[in-house]
Amino acid sequence: MKVAAETIAPLTSKDTLDVGRIRADFPILNRKVNGKPLVYLDNAATTQKPSVVVESLRRYYLEENSNIHRGVHYLSQKATEGYEGTRKKMRTFINAPDAHEIIFVRGTTEGINLVAHSFVRERIKPGEEILITGMEHHSNIVPWQIVCEMTGAHLRVVPINDKGEIIMEEYEKRLTPKVKFVSIVHISNSLGTVNPVKQMIEMAHAHDIPVLIDGAQTVSHKKVDVQDLDCDFFVFSGHKMFGPTGIGILFGKSEYLEQMPPYQGGGDMIKSVTFEKTIYNDLPYKFEAGTPNIAGVIALGSAVDYINGIGLDSIYAYEQDLLAYATAAVLGVDGLRIIGTAKNKSAVISFMLEDVHPHDIGTIIDAEGVAIRTGHHCTQPVMQRFGIPATARASFAVYNTKDEVDALIRGIDKARKVFQ
Amino acid sequence: MSELKTLYQDIILDHNKSPRNFKKLENANRHAEGYNPLCGDHYNIYLRVENDIIQEVSFEGAGCAISKASASVMSSLLKGKTKAEAEELIHVFHKLVTGDADPMEELDRLGKLAAFAGVSEFPARVKCASLAWHTLRAALENKNDVISTEK
Ligand SMILES: Cc1ncc(COP(=O)(O)O)c(C=O)c1O
Repeated sequence: MKVAAETIAPLTSKDTLDVGRIRADFPILNRKVNGKPLVYLDNAATTQKPSVVVESLRRYYLEENSNIHRGVHYLSQKATEGYEGTRKKMRTFINAPDAHEIIFVRGTTEGINLVAHSFVRERIKPGEEILITGMEHHSNIVPWQIVCEMTGAHLRVVPINDKGEIIMEEYEKRLTPKVKFVSIVHISNSLGTVNPVKQMIEMAHAHDIPVLIDGAQTVSHKKVDVQDLDCDFFVFSGHKMFGPTGIGILFGKSEYLEQMPPYQGGGDMIKSVTFEKTIYNDLPYKFEAGTPNIAGVIALGSAVDYINGIGLDSIYAYEQDLLAYATAAVLGVDGLRIIGTAKNKSAVISFMLEDVHPHDIGTIIDAEGVAIRTGHHCTQPVMQRFGIPATARASFAVYNTKDEVDALIRGIDKARKVFQ
Repeated sequence: MSELKTLYQDIILDHNKSPRNFKKLENANRHAEGYNPLCGDHYNIYLRVENDIIQEVSFEGAGCAISKASASVMSSLLKGKTKAEAEELIHVFHKLVTGDADPMEELDRLGKLAAFAGVSEFPARVKCASLAWHTLRAALENKNDVISTEK
């Protein structure tokens, strides 16, 4: 990547994205693993953290540590400002209409569970249906199974085709009057498929069915506009977008959040408490019981600033270019088959190598310093759909390079040699 | 790479490529199924035990090289062993792959199994190597539940 060295303004197109400068922001990328430079290709599991995010955690704990929303003293106000400041940044980040529609949760998993219990379980009746797709992460399957068990509702699944795309006619067919909720993944973590969620939401809304979008794999790769999508809920995790673990976001439309009972009870989520009657707090606090992950929220704000500094449009263009390069490169390997060949894909490549089990590939290329994930990626039904036990998966982020793709290929070649 | 060499020993690569006793045993009187849901490794172990002696042994299934070679080498060692001897082998193998045994000291007892000494350097692969052995124990005890590495 060539770029004028003096460019300081946000980088705006693929030609000007300076990956060298971005890599310098992630100290971990300089380390060695097994004596080789680390090539980190497990970004779908969690991304690395830039120094600004770590610095933000450090500063909070060493200089500003205090509880929020409950003190008149200086530090408490400072912490509250940082915490609520991130809420405003998150509102802008996904273009939510109002900051009180941004609820801080532990991550995607907790966001989905919150909606499952406070929204869907409250309204669904025996015999009614919840609709998901065949490529969901376990965190968008199991909460619905629990709700079904508790209520007598049924879970229905939209099948996927051999490329790993949702079969839209089958989706249409399953949108019957029995369906009371639809929950779909935007980008599949094991296949890389980008689902046509805007169209799918529109189709569900035509039947008055609310829709949740699992955006865990979206937010660090592709711009999200919840108003344009018109989704009713959108959830994602901070740790997959260069932020800390243990913090995530649930966006919900006010009209639904207002009606929903609290998910947990405790401090901060109340207006007044007597033993006779407790009055719940307003949004978003009704859903944020107890002392939250203040440091995590503040550092997540820095992660959003970091992403905005590069620009999601440039990130998307850069990663698509990298994906095209990597796809061509892995297809050049004898006996390699890609699982997940959707037309619209994010920078994730799941693959199988003839006669070499994914687990063995993982171990062999780890010895080369290349970190990929092997296994079912928390999507066992996807593995069953393709009749395979597991895949090896390389998943990319904006700091990855074509040189690193070449290192991946060298690692795969090594695995082939060991087993030839 | 030198560590890796010690994991993927020739014996292991050979047994992975051409597993021994790799079939269903029609006249088996002991059987158990082992499964590792994390990586999908899945094996059936069949035994014919008469008068407390393992007369015949076989296995079938699929998984990574480490799990398959482990099952294959195991199957090649069991014939003619008493139940107690098999239990002892399970114990020794477990110690070996978890790094609690010095393969040089126990070479006599280990024989071919010494090839799996490298597994102890790869904690993520210990379950792969152990799956067949857990399943063997279940078969000896004639347990019919599926044995899972994830309890
Ligand atoms: C598509 C998808 N949904 C949900 C999750 C769960 O996210 P978390 O574990 O951060 O709650 C993940 C992460 O693995 C994911 O990739």
